[in-house]
Amino acid sequence: MSRMLSPKKRRGLAFAALSASVLLLSGCGSQIAVLHPEGPVARQEYNLIIWSFILMAFVGLAVFILFAYMLIKYRARPGVEKYYDPNLEGNRKLEVVWTVIPLLIVIALAIPTVKTTYALTQPPVQAHDPMEIDVTSAAWKWIFQYPGQHIETVNYLVIPTGVPVKFILTSVGPMNTFWIPELGGMEFTMPGANLGLWLEASKSGVYLGRGANFSGKGFAHMQFNVYAKPQAEFNQWVAQVKAQDPPLTMAQANQLVNHHGLSPILTFSSYPAGAVPQNQNTLMSGM
Amino acid sequence: MLPHYFNHLFVTGTDIYIADVLIILTSLGIVGVLTYFKKWKWLWREWLTTVDHKKIGIMYIIAATAMFFRGGMDGLMMRTQLAVPNNHFLGAEHYDQVFTTHGTIMILFMAMPYLIGLINVAMPLQIGARDVAFPYLNAISFWTFFFGAMLFNLSFVIGGSPDAGWTSYAPLAGPTFDPGPGENYYLFGLNLAGIGTLASGINFLVTIIKMRAPGMKLMDMPMFTWSTLITSILIIFAFPVLTVALSLLTFDRLFGSHIFSMTHGGMPMMWVNLFWIWGHPEVYIVILPAFGILSEVISTFSGKKLFGYSAMVGSMVAIAFLSFTVWVHHFFTMGAGPAVNSFFGVSTMLIAIPTGVKVFNWIFTMYRGKIRFTTAMLWALAFIPTFVVGGMTGVMLAVAPADYQYHNSYFLIAHFHYTLIGGTVFGVFAGLYYWWPKMFGFKLNERLGRWNFWTFIISFNVTFLPMFLLGLMGMTRRMYTYPPGLGWSHLNMIETVGAFGQAIGMMFLAVNIVWSIKYGERDVTGDAWDGRALEWSTTSPAPEYNFAHVPVVYGRDAFWDMKYGKNREKYQVKAKPYRPIHMPNNSGRPFLMSLAFFISFWGFVFKWYLVGGLGLAAVFVFMYLRSFEYDTDHYISVEEIEHTEAAAGRL
Repeated sequence: MSRMLSPKKRRGLAFAALSASVLLLSGCGSQIAVLHPEGPVARQEYNLIIWSFILMAFVGLAVFILFAYMLIKYRARPGVEKYYDPNLEGNRKLEVVWTVIPLLIVIALAIPTVKTTYALTQPPVQAHDPMEIDVTSAAWKWIFQYPGQHIETVNYLVIPTGVPVKFILTSVGPMNTFWIPELGGMEFTMPGANLGLWLEASKSGVYLGRGANFSGKGFAHMQFNVYAKPQAEFNQWVAQVKAQDPPLTMAQANQLVNHHGLSPILTFSSYPAGAVPQNQNTLMSGM
Repeated sequence: MLPHYFNHLFVTGTDIYIADVLIILTSLGIVGVLTYFKKWKWLWREWLTTVDHKKIGIMYIIAATAMFFRGGMDGLMMRTQLAVPNNHFLGAEHYDQVFTTHGTIMILFMAMPYLIGLINVAMPLQIGARDVAFPYLNAISFWTFFFGAMLFNLSFVIGGSPDAGWTSYAPLAGPTFDPGPGENYYLFGLNLAGIGTLASGINFLVTIIKMRAPGMKLMDMPMFTWSTLITSILIIFAFPVLTVALSLLTFDRLFGSHIFSMTHGGMPMMWVNLFWIWGHPEVYIVILPAFGILSEVISTFSGKKLFGYSAMVGSMVAIAFLSFTVWVHHFFTMGAGPAVNSFFGVSTMLIAIPTGVKVFNWIFTMYRGKIRFTTAMLWALAFIPTFVVGGMTGVMLAVAPADYQYHNSYFLIAHFHYTLIGGTVFGVFAGLYYWWPKMFGFKLNERLGRWNFWTFIISFNVTFLPMFLLGLMGMTRRMYTYPPGLGWSHLNMIETVGAFGQAIGMMFLAVNIVWSIKYGERDVTGDAWDGRALEWSTTSPAPEYNFAHVPVVYGRDAFWDMKYGKNREKYQVKAKPYRPIHMPNNSGRPFLMSLAFFISFWGFVFKWYLVGGLGLAAVFVFMYLRSFEYDTDHYISVEEIEHTEAAAGRL
């Protein structure tokens, strides 16, 4: 008997574990970056994650309950004969039900999906003038150029809070993706292409970013810190860089692009034209 | 510095030496056993030259099982490396090779051949045929797959394994970033095996269309046969794309073309598109036959007709069609724009509808049934909740903006292991336990089967459930190591424990097979499970000609109908006299031709064009010989049929 019940028990266990992990996600555990959005882009994505999870949990629950019910009720046991109907082969009404309900769920999910997909191509906050940062992934380092400030950092990023930042992404090596989970989802860096990605930090803090698409030997180490500071502090930092740090020479720039290896954190008060090879391709829309 | 593979053909490293020694010892052992028991002739005549679909199916299953253990070892090595932060069990380069071979082997050399093996074993029997439409081609399919897999595996000890991931994205997989022979092994191994897969697709399609028993309409076919039909169509449309993509990348690597390169107008993104135009249908190629197995097993062990037969067929057709319209969801984050992402997001969600229909129909197949919890049934039942978790997270991944947060993270890894293990592997195991007596004439032990099942399924969840969480914590796939302090360490350790638990589960399967060979319950009836389709109407194992008389069919679930149904009388016809049966001859040429392919492609891997050219010439010689062969078939005499049938107690 216990053996016959056990598939259900196991399923219950699996489901409990799943729900527990989800509770963990939504509440505590600040290390679960995706569920701790710190900017408007990540927040919109988070809302969709939760909405899709609720819809799916509803479906899953229905399936698991029905499944467990069938296993218990119709297991081979004395007395099952009175229900037994070997020729039962379908029920049009039921089949329509379980086609239409999933269709409605898909519609309920598709509408916000499409809306958000379009929304994320726009700056998250219209009120503030956006700034631009050009991101280049090389083997195996991140090069950040701030065209408005004309400074460059390697393997760390500084952004002002409350300002929509348009990241222009490209690569001078294998493809990668640029991901700062607390600020928003990732997008590819590809050689020969420029992709745009809007992100914004709502409050100051240090966020972890990384490359998420395998790019070879040094891939696992392509992790970087993102320092979000209020605009005034950001300006102060820029001024400090301008005053204290060396300019990037063309020789150093080539070394960064062409040498396959890791790099320490670097800061440059300016960079020469062509420090990163320019793409002929126009900007692709990105998202 | 990247290693310069050409300077040292033989890969060095402690584990490689261990592998070398093991390979040599195993090879010597096999040679020794075959010689000692004087089995060389037997091996050649009964197996290497066979064109019998049942034996070819068994060889597929043996090869796939070996590949499962190889791919599993890769998985264990990965999990060992990731058990603790900053581990040094494997270095980056080594880890990169291991995850590449793990993925490639599990998809192409484990999942697919397992299913093609089961199709070979069961499908012709289910439709009352005496073999597949092209038995000689079937042998070519197997041997090209086999030598393709061997070529790919050879990279481990000679030249070095590919290391750009099973997706092999250019430009990382191009000559600039990956100069060694490893990637060439990937390209040539997959292309060689791909010949076999494409031929299998054509073979199964023609078999099902042309060779069904008289009276069996398409809508009378067992669901596993239906799934094979639809899978074959997917193979025929999808695999040429892979062949072309692999060949183009081969041109880049061998002849310096610039199709996927970063410079000279190459387009790396084109590789990604081509790969997934094949790759997405491919995941349905490995799941639809598993759906078919599930339909057979659940219906058999519930003692009931399949619920919603036509909806089951219709939903498979819908899934097959949609599978060609969703490939961009593998790279939403490549910035194709909101219109494209919206289209592919919604088309992906739509797949959930026919899949949901199937799940509900399986559940209702049990409604008012008598459920027997055999091991085969346990695997089939476990499929449902596991695959539902995989499917639901799949819908979550289809939400394009949310996918920007999941892409390439462990959330994705968890998702596809829930579908590919929970779907394909559980389906394969259900099929293995179910058709085992049909293949070998004895059952696998149920008690050991339950141990196999419970250890594996619990460990599976221990391994992969935490991965959803790790993904949301920011851990990405293909990281060979990670720093402490990110909250990842405990979850990774739990996963590693689970991975070893799965290995123990697999050991129970191995023990079960060995034990059952000696002590397993013999199946003397041919109908081991009170089955429903025609494969159970012949002996276990089936004779070379499958059916002494080709059965005439009057509807669905023909064998059940024969035993208990309303057409019982129609099936009770007076036995006609036997007539000689026309069968194809065995041939060693498929084996030798594929061996020539292997040698040729191995030459190309190292750019030794002389070896490559001579090998290809040999391939053409074999094709030429085949074209002028006239003695290709024979008749099994009435006396021999009578003898076989009498031995099986059927006279």
